[in-house]
Amino acid sequence: MMVVPLLLLVIVFNYVPLFGWVYAFFKYKPGIPLSETPFAGLEYFRLLFGANSDIGNVLKNTLVMSFLNILTSPIPIVFAILLSELRGQKLKKFIQTITTVPYFISWIIVFSLVFSIFSFEGIFNTLLMQFGLIKDPINVLGNPSTAWYVQTAIVIWKSTGWSAIIYFAAIAGLDSQLFDAAKIDGAGRFRCIWHVTLPGLMPTFIVLLLLNVSNMLSNGFDQFFVFYNPMVADKLEVLDYYIYRVAFHGNDYPFATAVGMWKTLISIVLLFTVNKLAKKIRGQSII
Amino acid sequence: MINKRTNLMETLFHSCNLIFFLLIAFACTYPFYYILIYTISDPVKAAGGLLLLPKGLNFVNYEKLLQMNTLYSTVLISVLRTVIGTLITVACCTFFSYIVTKPELYFRKFIYRFVVITLYFNAGLIPWYLTMRYLHLDNNFLLYVLPSAISGFYIVLIKTYIEQLPAALEESAMIDGAGYWTVFQNIIVPLSMPIIATIAVFAAVGQWNAWQDNYFLVTKQSLQTLQVMLYNYLNSAAAMANVNPSDFLDKNVSHRLTPESIKMTMTMIVTLPILFVYPFMQRYFVKGIMLGAVKG
Repeated sequence: MMVVPLLLLVIVFNYVPLFGWVYAFFKYKPGIPLSETPFAGLEYFRLLFGANSDIGNVLKNTLVMSFLNILTSPIPIVFAILLSELRGQKLKKFIQTITTVPYFISWIIVFSLVFSIFSFEGIFNTLLMQFGLIKDPINVLGNPSTAWYVQTAIVIWKSTGWSAIIYFAAIAGLDSQLFDAAKIDGAGRFRCIWHVTLPGLMPTFIVLLLLNVSNMLSNGFDQFFVFYNPMVADKLEVLDYYIYRVAFHGNDYPFATAVGMWKTLISIVLLFTVNKLAKKIRGQSII
Repeated sequence: MINKRTNLMETLFHSCNLIFFLLIAFACTYPFYYILIYTISDPVKAAGGLLLLPKGLNFVNYEKLLQMNTLYSTVLISVLRTVIGTLITVACCTFFSYIVTKPELYFRKFIYRFVVITLYFNAGLIPWYLTMRYLHLDNNFLLYVLPSAISGFYIVLIKTYIEQLPAALEESAMIDGAGYWTVFQNIIVPLSMPIIATIAVFAAVGQWNAWQDNYFLVTKQSLQTLQVMLYNYLNSAAAMANVNPSDFLDKNVSHRLTPESIKMTMTMIVTLPILFVYPFMQRYFVKGIMLGAVKG
């Protein structure tokens, strides 16, 4: 059958790595074959929850970042609603095109852009100093007390336009009779939005929200990798970055694998829980 | 009177809305514009601060960067991986999706599930890294194009699309004696162009932006991609030292580059292809993603 080679690709690149999980149970050191490494059992998992593990802070950062992202998840809805109220098709298209560009550039480029604007010599500090608002340049990217919010703001900048596309599509798909009916009943613009548009967008929002929840432990790696610096290390070390640091800076592959495995398993439990919830709320599963 | 007031409110609302979106559009374009004017300014003057217009317009940054020999191999690798990778991904995913829509296929449901599960089940960084090393894909160009050949997400999108095509077309072709391959080539692919274009844009942008595989698994200079090159510039002073300073330092002081201007010029070179190609592609994928979203 023609499907076999393609299936083979899936197996090799998606299922074979799963066997890599065995590394979590061995005292593996790079360079020594697995057959010659001693079996460790659950030692690394015990270590993970042990008293002197630094997973606590990492987990806190991970959850805070996810929580902030969930908290800001209605922004694309507002964006889509306001955009759909904008006059002029050309203008709408133009704004939509421009606001989705940031989604398509890599985090490395995002870092470069942000850095060039907010660094000491960047336009941000230069302007504020010229107007005499500040005396010394502000270190936006190296301030631990605002690090979480700065990162959330960058995510909003990067993804709002893109996320809004789905809602924009959903608005276009709403039954126009509902709007007409509401208008006849004397509803103004805001009442229309409140009573017709918002309820219409709710199902989409809830599905995306639930998916967000199930992804709570994965904030992604790229963003934290590029924005990580010693000053904000305590605030930006999330699970995905922690795994990388343990493996490639600490050379502790088994422990990193154990953390990753634990993360995946929790995420799957979350996904199934959330899926059940979705079934209850919407009568339709999301996976 | 009421009419007048609502009219005023209307105008006010629309003006505020317009201003709001102009601000957002500004926020989304200014960073790119800022880098652009920085890179086409005189590096030394630019360090003093720029706002809206370049200072001492010249292209010395680009000239110098384009004289760098390593840049060409890097651009070549990035372009190759984008083109080849995209072709492979699109071909494999489209064909795979077509096959799983055929009821004659044994274990059709199972095979489809098997692929979709990979969307949720991820082995993680370390097992991925070790597997690629084990397969000897490190320092190998195939690393860039093979693992991404099949993607569960694209297959879900394409399959949904193919399923809503009229089945009669296919049947009549089959009756006329066309095989699966002919049907796929002459009917499915042309009809699926909107979704294929969408997937192609995603895959291409993904390939262009990819850097992790390079960063973790490729040490060969000749296989380096632009993204990693940019990252090295941004981050390590060591990378700066690797570039022969005489490449950059002109005897003419006014034409000297600053580290800042080199970084920004690299950024621009990596970003420009996306900025150029993207607006033309946008209409395709907005349609494609809407189809997917409304159904999904």
